[in-house]
Amino acid sequence: MISTAVILSALELGCIYALVALALFLSFRILNIADMTTDGSFTLGCAVSATIAVAGHPILALPVAMAAGATAGFVTAALQTRFRIPSILAGIITNTGLYTVNLAVMGFSSNVNMLKTPTLFSLLKPTLGAGFKLIPAALISILAGLLLAAFLKTRLGLSIRATGDNPDMVRASSINTAFTVTVGLCIANAMTALSGAVLAQYQKTADINMGTGMVIIGLASLIIGETILPKGKTLVKILGAILGSIVYRFIIAIALRLDLPSECLKLISAVIVALAIGLPALKAARKGEN
Amino acid sequence: MLKLTNVTKTFARGTVNEKTALAGIDLHLEKGDFVTVLGSNGAGKSTLFGAIAGTFLPDTGSVILDGRDITRLPDYKRSKHIGRLFQDPLKGTAPGMTIEENLALAYMRASAHTSPFSMISKADRAEFRDRLATLGLGLENRMDQPVGLLSGGQRQALTLLMATLVTPQLLLLDEHTAALDPATAEKVLQLTKTIVSTHGITCLMITHNIPSALSLGNRTIMMNAGKIVLELSGKTRKEMTAEDLLQAFHDQSAISDRMLFSAGC
Repeated sequence: MISTAVILSALELGCIYALVALALFLSFRILNIADMTTDGSFTLGCAVSATIAVAGHPILALPVAMAAGATAGFVTAALQTRFRIPSILAGIITNTGLYTVNLAVMGFSSNVNMLKTPTLFSLLKPTLGAGFKLIPAALISILAGLLLAAFLKTRLGLSIRATGDNPDMVRASSINTAFTVTVGLCIANAMTALSGAVLAQYQKTADINMGTGMVIIGLASLIIGETILPKGKTLVKILGAILGSIVYRFIIAIALRLDLPSECLKLISAVIVALAIGLPALKAARKGEN
Repeated sequence: MLKLTNVTKTFARGTVNEKTALAGIDLHLEKGDFVTVLGSNGAGKSTLFGAIAGTFLPDTGSVILDGRDITRLPDYKRSKHIGRLFQDPLKGTAPGMTIEENLALAYMRASAHTSPFSMISKADRAEFRDRLATLGLGLENRMDQPVGLLSGGQRQALTLLMATLVTPQLLLLDEHTAALDPATAEKVLQLTKTIVSTHGITCLMITHNIPSALSLGNRTIMMNAGKIVLELSGKTRKEMTAEDLLQAFHDQSAISDRMLFSAGC
């Protein structure tokens, strides 16, 4: 029922979208901030990547897209820490502004076509053969995961974790929370943008709506990963996020095979996230009654 | 070492809730001084700590630590040199991080020469284990566990260790044993005594326990209505009994009560 091609593309997409799950692991789980910039910075990554690839630099496109994403994260962090705008609103403001920025990056067109443009994948095809899509996608997500795990053990990484874990403690320690929040959001949005950048080259197209609902998809992946793997160290959680993203893509592949209209997927994702985040509260309430 | 000159602070100035929390504090601590701070609720003890730690900026006056004017330095920069413990044992540690990670954070942020990307080494880990063992709570065998699993007393002892892992220039203890059961409180107090004397740390400790205010440290100050109203050290402190001090405490409170009531009429 499910062909090898379907499995392969689910794996590829899972690895690419895993970067968003990793970004949300950092912003949502570690910093305790629901970062609404995610949708916009994903599209920003797509737009920057596509535009630069069309100009003839598909590899350079990736770091530039990351820098653009980090800038978006910086704006959200600045709104939050300097102007004291509540974190969710700060993300929504940046996200709204990014819509225009993203259109501008694509030359005020709602999509960019890369059908005849060399991409990261087409460049690697002669050397990698059949795995020319999966190998780079998997390498990028695994490398990002390992780097994130190592970073979270450094002094700065530990400070970022403490910022989300115990704000009281952080206020009494020599940690500047404005700084840790800013660094955290910059890294998270750089990863989100990288995800978008790789996806645009993978699909050979960039579209202004590619990032819509991305924050919920990322959270769903993250939560699926947390459910599959046992609670453990940071590295386990990071692997869980990557795994969760792959499982999510398989769920979608199966749903599409069952002729479920693709329009339904966002609703299903929303329900998964609402249930998964709400479940602990439901359990607690039931325990309280008994 | 620590020098406060004419530090004042009024909260909500110009409103009906105006409250003069510090009314001209002059305090001078020598290196190695261990000062216990007494005073009724609202006397300004915690505000005094806030002024030293940089939680807010004082209206007037200056705070000088080890020859450096820190009056306008933000709190997170001061805390590199000032360790602080609160009454609430949950305030000083990150529950979702392991004991080792909490110690690593405390160690690396206070060390002068670490880069933002430095990590703890095997040697550091061994050092943490040794220092944890000195607490006598068996925490050295649980370094991989999240701090959230520890009891309040264990967390407060760990916070104390974190604050002193790299010897701070000044240690502020804000009723750090008040939320613990008597046996645990005694244990944490003994640990405080040992750690402070071993490293010769300059220390200010707020307490409501009059006997321990006299028995711990080498100086005692009493605060009332934002002022230091009594200073004890040396011979006078030695000769002071808990009863006398309690009487002095009551006299001061009575004065402030009378002032309060007369102002009300």
